[in-house]
Amino acid sequence: MALNSNIPTGPLANKWDNYKAGSKLVAPNNKRKFEVIVVGTGLAGASAAASLAELGYKVKSFSYHDSPRRAHSVAAQGGINAAKNYRNDGDSIHRLFYDTIKGGDFRAREANVYRLAQVSVNIIDQCAAQGVPFAREYGGMLDNRSFGGAQVSRTFYARGQTGQQLLLGAYQALSRQIGLGAVESYLRHEMLDLVTVNGHAKGIVTRNLATGEIKTFAADAVVLATGGYGNLWYLSTYGRLSNATAIWRAHKRGAYLANPCYTQIHPTCIPVSGDYQSKLTLMSESLRNDGRVWVPKKKEDTGKTPSSIKEEDRDYFLERKYPSYGNLAPRDISSRSAKEVCDEGRGVGPGGLGVYLDFADSIQRLGQHKIEERYGNLFDIYKEITGENAYEQPMRIYPAIHYTMGGTLGGLRLDDNLPGLFVIGEANFSDHGANRLGASALMQGLADGYFVLPYTINNYLAATKEKRPSTTQSEFTSTEKESRDKLGTMLGINGKRTVNSFHKELGKIMWDYCGMARDKAGLQKALELIPALREEFWSNVNVPGDGEEINQSLEKAGRVADFLELGELVCRDALEREESCGGHFRTEHQTEEGEALRHDDRFAFVSAWEYGNGSGPKLHQEPLVYEEVQMSQRSYK
Amino acid sequence: MNVKLRVWRQASTKVEGCFEEYEARDLNPNMSFLEMLDVVNEDLTLSGKEPIAFEHDCREGICGSCSLMIDGEPHGPENKVASCQTYMRSFQDGDVITVEPFRSRAFPVLRDLIIDRSSFDRIIQRGGFISVSTGSAPDANAILVSKDSADTAMDAAACIGCGACVAACKNSSAMLFVSAKAAHLNSLPQGRTEKMSVS
Repeated sequence: MALNSNIPTGPLANKWDNYKAGSKLVAPNNKRKFEVIVVGTGLAGASAAASLAELGYKVKSFSYHDSPRRAHSVAAQGGINAAKNYRNDGDSIHRLFYDTIKGGDFRAREANVYRLAQVSVNIIDQCAAQGVPFAREYGGMLDNRSFGGAQVSRTFYARGQTGQQLLLGAYQALSRQIGLGAVESYLRHEMLDLVTVNGHAKGIVTRNLATGEIKTFAADAVVLATGGYGNLWYLSTYGRLSNATAIWRAHKRGAYLANPCYTQIHPTCIPVSGDYQSKLTLMSESLRNDGRVWVPKKKEDTGKTPSSIKEEDRDYFLERKYPSYGNLAPRDISSRSAKEVCDEGRGVGPGGLGVYLDFADSIQRLGQHKIEERYGNLFDIYKEITGENAYEQPMRIYPAIHYTMGGTLGGLRLDDNLPGLFVIGEANFSDHGANRLGASALMQGLADGYFVLPYTINNYLAATKEKRPSTTQSEFTSTEKESRDKLGTMLGINGKRTVNSFHKELGKIMWDYCGMARDKAGLQKALELIPALREEFWSNVNVPGDGEEINQSLEKAGRVADFLELGELVCRDALEREESCGGHFRTEHQTEEGEALRHDDRFAFVSAWEYGNGSGPKLHQEPLVYEEVQMSQRSYK
Repeated sequence: MNVKLRVWRQASTKVEGCFEEYEARDLNPNMSFLEMLDVVNEDLTLSGKEPIAFEHDCREGICGSCSLMIDGEPHGPENKVASCQTYMRSFQDGDVITVEPFRSRAFPVLRDLIIDRSSFDRIIQRGGFISVSTGSAPDANAILVSKDSADTAMDAAACIGCGACVAACKNSSAMLFVSAKAAHLNSLPQGRTEKMSVS
């Protein structure tokens, strides 16, 4: 099947305007006749549900949390990018566009990224008007800071809790619509499957996590805003509940998954301390504005207290290798550099898996109070977790799984080969190519929800002949039965291993063979191990309790069962992409200096995977045709 | 280290609950309190019992999902942290630790340590927002906000909505939660027009 990303003609800067000018509209008095399901209440889902309801559509909002405000967008720390150029430092829409497409190692669509940069400025206006307490200067203007992969200061922030504050803004906008009766809110409801009718997405199956009730809902269109799948690697900076079930079920019902192997490994996380560990905690990239990353030059110094190591015996490896960006080199590059020095035996802390992030110079230059004002809560979190005071000694950090650039294929309209299904935020394969720049996830989630989806869903609703079905139709009853059967099977296995033990083992396979460095032999090994583990899961998992009550083991079992399928596709995608780009680093493909080596002649395309029923996944390619930008070897030196 | 747990077990809102005792052995002091419960739950599952239900997600103190009363204190012995940021190093080897859900009539127990906090959402739906629809905002720097006001607003807006204030109050009052939202929005000029027009 030919892929159609619906990119309008015309110069890059006019494409989005051209699209909007040609888009079909739904008249105000007709909007209330359409019902839209929005799954997920993070930045993308909450902003979409609120905005669609404001327009007059009837919206049903779903979340497995007890409140929309718990979605994991809440944990984003550092900031949100926008091309406001309030600093007078040379920023522009074009520069944000270029930084993002270069940061993504030339594996994103030009038109998507340009639009993202265009609407970025509206997001800040919207959020400021909602009362998001962004950092201010004494004159009352908005303050900015810098993030990785940029030489301008375009990041807006609310201390170290920018995600929380932006989410509360969207949550409050959503709450307003719930209070007005324009949105029906279904909390503690997990989507178990997507219902398609005549090839259109028209509903979902849910399980009420409080009562166990399985139910179907019909709509005119379904929006998935269900986040990324980084918990596939078990240890990650994700919330523990984040999962791939919604996008994986949609994939099995026909939606293509794009670039599933593009994974972001964040350089600055608190290192693993033991086998019991359930998650890894991020230390915001913004810390690299004032912190310097280093390890000892000599292996024998790794055990010494950091303050006893002389300046000339320290290797500030990011400043050394990338002088023009220094400690603000992009995430993929910084993570790999940290891995490199640890592989050389120069890592610090338990197991030698850590590097220092040192604030001594900044504290001397600015005073501790300034550092406290900028990052106080991050230093607090660090102390809670490690018991160490980072004002007195350097933080220890190590890379961890943080974001998935891959996701459901979507064209410029955020829908694609499965009509009626719109996928927004991290769940979409989206705008970040093979590596996302810091402070761009919040930008993209809110761009999709506030300013893109409201301009694209109307085009489908106005044109489609497929009307909202009744949930009594056979498509609904049969999909519901499949969901029930799956839950019943898992509850009936009564095996000897816990759900968590399978998740942990899967995560280790993914980290060892499909983590920061990947190669052919390792990926082939993973492709043997994962199906075997999946088979064992379905014969030996132990899910206690029953389905008619709160059953967290059952919830997790369903999510892990889907990870066991998705993991195989991620490894296959990584195996077939025989190049290195961004976060996807194949050791066979690197420059003499150890940087990622792309092969634009063979791999300048989006890998879009079709689910193969019994026949294995089928790869479709969407060529990345650049009109504006020249693909080049990324340089941050 | 080893500790003994007294944990509130309750199958649903409709039935009565009770404390049950469990041994948690071979713990590492660097484990979080929730990771300790994970270990206990793995053991319970393998011995054919139902694991302890408790709410959690981000495990870094920001989502507000956790709702544990530990030794009679919301979120446990450490100040200003959620249950998930409470670490076993705050306890001694051999301690007996009592774990309950937040206790308040406004927060019915759904199962074990899981409570229903939907009342907080209903409070926000009644007016915890500034009425600004998407697309109608002026340029962000058109509304000046003094640094002091923005900092005060941020101090209040940092509330994670966990409900510990309600659990700690003998009258189960939500006044801290409500006043945090009111202080956040009241410190800023954005909602002033709306505030003046609502009687």
